[in-house]
Order: sequence, then structure tokens, then C-alpha cells
Amino acid sequence: MIKVDKHFGTFQALRNIDLEVHKGERIVICGPSGSGKSTLIRCINRLEKHNGGQIIIDGIELTDKVEDIDAVRREVGMVFQNFNLFPHMTIAKNLMIAQQLVRKTSKDEARKMAMRYLERVKIPEQADKYPIQLSGGQQQRVAIARALCMEPEIILFDEPTSALDPEMINEVLEVMVDLAREGMTMICVTHEMGFARSVADRIIFMDEGEIVEQADPAEFFDNPKSKRTRAFLDQILSH
Amino acid sequence: MSFDLNLILDSLPRMLAGLGVTLQLLVVSGLLGLILAILLLLMRLSGKFYLDWVAQVYIYIFRGTPILVQIFIIYYGLPQFEAVRDSIFWSILREPTGCAILALTLNTGAYVSEILRGGVLGVDKGLLEAGSALGMSARQKFIYITTPLATRLALPAYSNDVISLLKSTALASTITITDMTGIARTIVADTYAPYEVFISLAIVYMIFTFGIQKLFGVFERYLGRYARREE
Repeated sequence: MIKVDKHFGTFQALRNIDLEVHKGERIVICGPSGSGKSTLIRCINRLEKHNGGQIIIDGIELTDKVEDIDAVRREVGMVFQNFNLFPHMTIAKNLMIAQQLVRKTSKDEARKMAMRYLERVKIPEQADKYPIQLSGGQQQRVAIARALCMEPEIILFDEPTSALDPEMINEVLEVMVDLAREGMTMICVTHEMGFARSVADRIIFMDEGEIVEQADPAEFFDNPKSKRTRAFLDQILSH
Repeated sequence: MSFDLNLILDSLPRMLAGLGVTLQLLVVSGLLGLILAILLLLMRLSGKFYLDWVAQVYIYIFRGTPILVQIFIIYYGLPQFEAVRDSIFWSILREPTGCAILALTLNTGAYVSEILRGGVLGVDKGLLEAGSALGMSARQKFIYITTPLATRLALPAYSNDVISLLKSTALASTITITDMTGIARTIVADTYAPYEVFISLAIVYMIFTFGIQKLFGVFERYLGRYARREE
């Protein structure tokens, strides 16, 4: 991302964002609510359209061209805060639909792939249920498996544990830690500082649409440079 | 005042002879109206202001005027134009049944398109974002995500409109059509017994409505199968 700006009306959600992410890197983005973290990752797969600057993913620049947007979305997976599973499809169908429509995979192949990733998130036995029959933690694991089925180069996580009951957070984080260990490129917006400390290669702190500070976890937690970062860390780590 | 039970028993089978006509009006204009509604819906969702605008004006006109007036305009008004009499549609518009079906179709289409639009607007935006993030095209999202979910959301209001359409078919009797209401009016003219005849007619419509409700109930449960926790 080079000098990216994003406005909502007169409100400037992102200011002059410069960010480079390398293959295999695990990035955690944190910051107070309204700081632009979600907007930033939503620009990467064009759920939001940036107003200035450049976003280049694996050599493809995001413009209004539909082919470019499609090409980028083929490489970028996303996991949402509210899971966003398709409620009218079974778990297996949720994992198969985009494979069949977008990648033109045959039904059998798509099903095989779906089962492989459901096993990876440890819930293959739920394949023929509907999303509502699963717990929040299970639904989010399904959502991660759904993103993996498209074999993306990078996965964006938009506060993946924020809508979960506390006892379900760990099962989702475990899946994410596994992914990180296997070398998946990840950008996570999250408030899970334990996860950030143990998994992230780099932590980015945002406030008011700007990147205030980025550092590796040890440096970030133990020796934050900016006053705003320190204030934020004091607040969330004080309990 | 007397209440003649025999007259009811006598007139019921005669009115049921008009059931076919009532059913024909309901089913034909219901189906054509649904097609028209989908067309209007797509125009409204097209993002093209001129299509959206045409659809909005159309909906405004047909929701803004009484259906009885629409029937009269089509039945009494249109044949005045030579162009209409010379056109290929004349074989339909010459018949009162054709006029009634046309009026009912145009009317229900306007209402149903708004019902469907309500369903489309009710679909969670997050699901469409998930579709986008997975690389689905706008058309694929509309077919595989929006349509099934919107159908389920619109169904209760849609069943309401079908029931309303059933009762609107009674207005066809004003342009000489012998549907159930038309026959009832003839019987009343012969017997001077409006009370018995119209009450039995009302009961027939209620039974009919009950059937439609049940049918949609089954359909609703089928479409809502994914919304239940237990199988």
C-alpha cells in the first residue's frame, strides 16, 4: 500500500497509509475503535474503495477494472467478525459454492476440498448441518475453512473473535496459530494481545486513520515509542 | 326476518360452478403478475436511473388508483381507440376475462415488486460481502445468496398479496364475468335473498383463503428449514 487515503463523506478514515507485507508475514493491526483498522484491510480486497494512493497485491494494482478486482480476490481470503456464513446452505455447501462458481471446480472435487479443510479446523462431522446449528466458535472455524478452500495467498481477519463468547475464543485462535505456523500470510485486526505477542512478526498500531507505530511484538509491548501507543496499551492491559 | 337454509344449499353448488373462473383469474394473473413484479424489481435494482424511474412511476400509478377503476379503464376505455382494436391484443381485450386478467396482473405486479424489494433489502449485507470476498460476481451473488434469502423473507407478505388478489377477482363480476361473485349476484337478482347468498359466498372465499394460507405455511416451513436449530 502506497500513500493510501480513504474518505467516507468528509470523514477521513485512512490517511497516507504506507504498508508493505511480505509473503509469509503475520501482521497484527490494533488500535482504538474507529481508528481505521477494519477499513484498511477491507481496502485490500476492495470491499471498500480507496480514494487515493495505490494498493498493489502480488503485482496487480487495484483499480476500477473488474478483472483486477477478481484477480486480487482470488488471492485474498477474508474472515469476518460475524462469520457471514450463508445461512441457507449446509456447512459443506458453504465451503463448496465459491469453488464451484468461481474456480469452476467439479462438485466432487469441491466436496473433497471442503472435507479436507473441515478436518483441518476439526469439525468434519458438522458438514451436513446448517450454520445456525453450530456454536459461534464452530461457525468461525467454518468461515476460516471456507476462506482456505479458495487456496488464497493471504488471509485477512477482521476481528475474528470479537463476536464470540469467551470460552469459544481459544478454539478459533488455535486454528489461526496453526495457520500461522504453516506459513500462511496473515493480516489480523484483533484485540487478542496474547495472540499478537506469540504469533505476529509485526504489530501495527493505528489511530485516527494513521499508522502510528509498527514494531515486532517484544519491542511493541515492552518499549512502545509513541505516547498514543502507550496510552492504548495501558488501557487494554490494565486488567 | 327469515333465513332460508335451503336456498343456501341450493345456491352453493351453483356458485361453485364459478370456482373455475375465479381460479383462472387468480392463477393466471397471479403468475403473470409475479413475472411482471420480478421484471419491475430488476428495473429498480438495475442502478440505471431511467429504468428505476420508469418502474417507480408505474408502481406509483397502479398502487395509487383503485383496482376497480383500473378494470373499468381497461374494459370500457381501451376499446375506444382504433389502434387497440386493430392490434394483435384485441382478441384478448375484446373479452372481459382478458381485460380482468390484464388489470389484475398489472395491479398485483406493482404491489408484489415492492414486496420482493423488501425481501432483497432485508438480506444481510455481510453475506454479500462474504460472497465478494470469495470472488463471486454480482450476478452469482444475486442468484445464489440474495434470491433464496429474499424469497424466504418476502413470503409472508407475498401470501398476503395472493389472498388479496383472490378477493380482487370478485371485482371481475362488475364487467359481466361469471365468476363466483358474478353468479351470486345473478342468484340474488332472481331470488331477492342477498343475505343467504352473499353469506354463503363469503364462506366459500374464506375456505379458499384458508387453503392458500396452509399452502404458504408449508412453503414457508420448507424455505425456512435452515433457520431451525433442530432437524
